[in-house]
Amino acid sequence: MAHGPAKGITRWLYTTNHKDIGSMYLWFSFAMFFLGGIFALVIRAELFQPGLQIVDPNFFNQMTTMHGLVMVFGAVMPAFVGLANWMIPMQIGAPDMALPRMNNWSFWILPFAFAMLSSTLFMDGGAPNFGWTFYAPLSTTYAPPSVTFFIFAIHIMGASSIMGAINIIATIVNMRAPGMTYMKMPLFVWTWLITAFLLIAVMPVLAGVVTMMLMDIHFGTSFFDAAGGGDPVLFQHVFWFFGHPEVYIMILPAFGIVSAIIPTFARKPLFGYASMVYATAAIAFLSFVVWAHHMFTVGLPIAGELFFMWATMLIAVPTGVKVFNWVATMFKGAMTFETPMLFSIAFVILFTIGGFSGLMLAIAPADFQYHDTYFVVAHFHYVLVPGAIFSITAGVYYWLPKWCGNMYNETMGKLHFWLAFIGLNVTFFPMHFSGLAGMPRRIPDYNMMFADWNMISSVGAFLFGAAQVLFLYNVIATIVGGKKATDEVWENPEGLEWTVPSPAPYHTFSEPPEFKSSH
Amino acid sequence: MKLLPTDPIKRLSLKLAVTSFGFLLFALFVMPPLYDAFCEITGLNGKTGDKYEAVDAVVDTSRDIKVQFVATNNSGMPWQFGPEVKTVTVHPGEQTRINYRVKNTTGKDMIGQAIPSLTPYKASSYFHKTECFCFNQQALLAGTEAELPMYFIIDQDLPEHIKTVTLSYTLFDVTDRFSKEELLSMVVTDQ
Repeated sequence: MAHGPAKGITRWLYTTNHKDIGSMYLWFSFAMFFLGGIFALVIRAELFQPGLQIVDPNFFNQMTTMHGLVMVFGAVMPAFVGLANWMIPMQIGAPDMALPRMNNWSFWILPFAFAMLSSTLFMDGGAPNFGWTFYAPLSTTYAPPSVTFFIFAIHIMGASSIMGAINIIATIVNMRAPGMTYMKMPLFVWTWLITAFLLIAVMPVLAGVVTMMLMDIHFGTSFFDAAGGGDPVLFQHVFWFFGHPEVYIMILPAFGIVSAIIPTFARKPLFGYASMVYATAAIAFLSFVVWAHHMFTVGLPIAGELFFMWATMLIAVPTGVKVFNWVATMFKGAMTFETPMLFSIAFVILFTIGGFSGLMLAIAPADFQYHDTYFVVAHFHYVLVPGAIFSITAGVYYWLPKWCGNMYNETMGKLHFWLAFIGLNVTFFPMHFSGLAGMPRRIPDYNMMFADWNMISSVGAFLFGAAQVLFLYNVIATIVGGKKATDEVWENPEGLEWTVPSPAPYHTFSEPPEFKSSH
Repeated sequence: MKLLPTDPIKRLSLKLAVTSFGFLLFALFVMPPLYDAFCEITGLNGKTGDKYEAVDAVVDTSRDIKVQFVATNNSGMPWQFGPEVKTVTVHPGEQTRINYRVKNTTGKDMIGQAIPSLTPYKASSYFHKTECFCFNQQALLAGTEAELPMYFIIDQDLPEHIKTVTLSYTLFDVTDRFSKEELLSMVVTDQ
């Protein structure tokens, strides 16, 4: 048997190699990141000034919907799965994923799902226009005909995620190097193990809710239709029972990435490893009992409002433990500020800001004022962009030299960071103010009083978009050339992935490595 | 277990796949009934119960409860729909009849379905209907009208602090859910 990749296109079509599949996930995610980014720029271009300039309101609604769906299901989730594919076998000393053939399948159905979802833009009646949260009856009774394609696309994405999650759990549970007990696993592996369990629990619920929509639309049931005895509020309960764990699915692996990067560049072991593990598990558990904080204004009983308010605030405790640990890791460390570290520090600071605005939104009586305003938009972009996107970016800069054997250009990396950091804050910080002043979400036109903040947000958005083009250039430039990376890449980084040559050979750890833990 | 494969990876994967399928079944077949049961117990979504069998009970003349009636047409429902009186005052335990009037103002035969909602929701389980047009659909031929009666009793156990309840009906167009023959068999006339 040849010990290298096959030649030509069939290498990618038939591959069962975790590194090939990881790369495909990452490139797919990158493409979706730009597609979702273009949708976002259409939104920001329209909102540059009050009044209707560029797109009609229905198309604007399609843009907000598609931006959310593509970014959540197309950019962030596949990027984390891609990183998991590349890094988990290398971090636990396994030769590949546990179920390589299913791995191929779970990647290759994704492009079809997104081709189907994107094709709705060209259909009669347009793409889904009911927001990424697709509340019934907007997404059932009043939906464009393309909603059925949306439903099947969600089914396929869900199947892909569930297969990916099964694969990751099977790999982590069965294929760790001898001596690597659970409490000695790298945190990226730990956070992904917990994330995979969340996926297994809630992706079927998402599949269930879109199936109920499908039945309501085509088969005469009335799950969400009051006329037939159903209740639209049921939709929101089922959706957010999926939706809240989903937001942790998009952040827990990020915690794992920064927990790998910060110790390397602070040159200190991670502070509080065990508490990190328990905090992650606590956050995952709490994610199942807070869903109705998205629904404070639907008419919950006072006991419900109080329960979901307090349960939500409780999440700040394990999250605070994590932020404390990252700061304590940096404290008195011999810190250097390479690009991955810059993104990680920005993650800690900006994610904390997003967490604080989340606490403000958790206060049920105050939420009646903030609900469905740009304050909510500011909040979830502060947790998702510096949270998920910055951590993925940090992970790419951190591990890219290991993947392709070349160092990226540090100056370009830093330039990317500063443009993205400034662009992000200029885009999203003013949204706190326009939101508190009462600007509603998902509208193409707005009151004159919000004009200044919106203009600033739009300028920031284009700056952020430009920074990502530089990121693409950096990645390609590093792959095709650049200074050769050493096997260790960084100064004494922890983890089995740094014990293999750079670039990582096509097959690694065919024999289980010797594992020595430092904590 | 013979059913499970011996290979630990396949064994675990199978368990996980079954678990995830279980969550799908949970979402489809457990969550909606659970929500309905929860709402019925707490009265949360203001839905009033099904047909109530009147029991002999003492009328509590010491309490006056104001009952307000509201009618709303769901979007796209062109019928005229409203209560004959907007407010009545009743004693707990006494049966009262009130009428809604409905007119099909369009040129085609249609079927409507009224969905009740009661506020405050804590009163939902104390508002009993012995007869109600909302238990069925109403079919009206083009241009015809009908009187729709509803008999209700307020339970003597209605919490002390509740002095006013508001019953709202929203009328939905459900013509598409039935065939022409079914429509003709459901036509209502004045009772």
